[in-house]
Amino acid sequence: MALLNQTADGAMGAAPPTAEQIADERSGERASWWQTAPLVVVLLLFFGLPMLVVLAVSFFDFSRTEIIPAFILDNYIDLFRSEVTLRLYLSSLKFAAIVWAVTLVLGFNIAYFLVFHVRSLLWQIGLFLVCTVPFLTSNIIRMISWIPFLGRNGIFNQALEGAGITSQPLEFLLFSDFAVIVAYVHLFTLFMVVPIFNSMARIDKSLLEAARDAGAGRFRTVAEIVLPLSKTGIALGSIFVVTLVMGDSFVVRTMSGGQSASVVSALQNEVAALQYPPAAASAVIMVIIVTLMVAGILRLVDVRKELAR
Amino acid sequence: MHASDEGRPWTFYAFAAFFGLFVLFLYGPMIVIYILSFQGPNGGMTFPLNGVSLHWFGALISQTRVGDIAGSFQRSIGLAALVSVVTVVLSVLAGLGFRRRFRGSAFAFYLAIASLIMPGLFVGLGIALAFRLLGLQTGWYTTGLGAQLTWTLPFGLLIMFAVLGRFNRSYEEAATDLGATNWQRFSEVTLPMLLPGIIGVALFGFTLSYDELARTALTAGSQNTLPLEIWAMTTNVTSPTLYAVGAVTTIVSFIVIIAGLTSIAAIQRRRARGKLRATAVQAEQSHG
Repeated sequence: MALLNQTADGAMGAAPPTAEQIADERSGERASWWQTAPLVVVLLLFFGLPMLVVLAVSFFDFSRTEIIPAFILDNYIDLFRSEVTLRLYLSSLKFAAIVWAVTLVLGFNIAYFLVFHVRSLLWQIGLFLVCTVPFLTSNIIRMISWIPFLGRNGIFNQALEGAGITSQPLEFLLFSDFAVIVAYVHLFTLFMVVPIFNSMARIDKSLLEAARDAGAGRFRTVAEIVLPLSKTGIALGSIFVVTLVMGDSFVVRTMSGGQSASVVSALQNEVAALQYPPAAASAVIMVIIVTLMVAGILRLVDVRKELAR
Repeated sequence: MHASDEGRPWTFYAFAAFFGLFVLFLYGPMIVIYILSFQGPNGGMTFPLNGVSLHWFGALISQTRVGDIAGSFQRSIGLAALVSVVTVVLSVLAGLGFRRRFRGSAFAFYLAIASLIMPGLFVGLGIALAFRLLGLQTGWYTTGLGAQLTWTLPFGLLIMFAVLGRFNRSYEEAATDLGATNWQRFSEVTLPMLLPGIIGVALFGFTLSYDELARTALTAGSQNTLPLEIWAMTTNVTSPTLYAVGAVTTIVSFIVIIAGLTSIAAIQRRRARGKLRATAVQAEQSHG
């Protein structure tokens, strides 16, 4: 959005435009339109339209083998009547809240280290890449790589017993909520690091020096200068982490060993049982709730205004 | 007195240690499964290593115990290449288009962002339902491709925003002033300048597609991609074969990442050299 605003401001400069400039502007706008159209068409076809289909199917009837076009509210009524729904949402929200808090603390400190402590640009780029490269490798493999670590006879338990800290293996490590959270943090911290890093990198370093010269301690400088100026990054990172956790089914299935569930993993079970309309209704409610959460974050931080800085 | 004139403050070491632990957290488990993939034929899913062998890599190729790893690998590579090319073309075009405000630009922007943060399984569900209602078959190269693009295109667009935000338009204006046609300006000025960013978009498109699971799960049709095959393995394979496939697929990712990063670095280096030479020539001329 920064780009949009900048170019708009530039194009509308102070002097009144001549007729030629207006004609240029028009043909430029047409060119922009055609340049963006292919991407928009693909997104409408494979994202916009399918989402409308989900909305429509959520009102459909279904039998054991097929979905029957109709307009009924039963899928929603069943969803709201079921006690399971609330439990699933509480479980998903619990994971989202814990993972958000952990990734925020990790992400903020990592970004702070990279921006304000690493002085050489080459080192900064190198360490940044060290953080981002795992993101470009398989999520499933990164997830299952915790199994030999956390298992009953896994490395962690072997180490604890070897050090004499425990006498028998800890059972809660693998196939538990704990394992789910570890995997989420492992997979999603990067989504917090990158946006916060971007915000912090734009902070004028002389502000920090000014604060120090004015007698502010390290903690106060961070709390009163770095934190407020990193708001945009924190908001964007929070949006990523919260939507990723709320929308996940694969991690919660694998790492809890089927003991925990999330809204989307329950939805996946319905899809597997070919119960498309209830699954669609569940998806619609989930989208509404996630949208409200995102809107809440955007209300606290005006991301657009901040990005256009 | 500035901090940069003194030695490192103690907080630097605290942060560095913290960062080191985070890197260990990030890479440690991955390294462990690569080691365990060389487990001996009688070894289990965790330490101790019961000898060292390539047994579990062999089991991947023999195909009897596990699914169609080789076939799904070929499909995933093909699909990733396809996604990468489409993502580059469409997001570079759109990135250029977004440099000015036009009717519907805000809609296009929010469409892309919504597509990015929508839970992947929902996108797949919608596409699968739409094709079902239309009586069409799903397949990895049709619906699978479309589903993955809803994830890679917004990423490509965001990368282009970052790249174009630092792009100096006066070079394009200079080209026009010197009489370049639109096409010449694009192919000889804009494109070469954007090349490192474009390689970045291609790299993201390829690797994100190659590892995509949630959007592909319901849209791949009857033939699995590699991540789907691996996902199936996690539920029914309890041998180090799982680690062997993890090691192989990560090596492929790393080869792609290293190829992408080194070509970007090579371009930047050549540019820096070119700039240096230009300055040297200038200096010589002004002295002579």
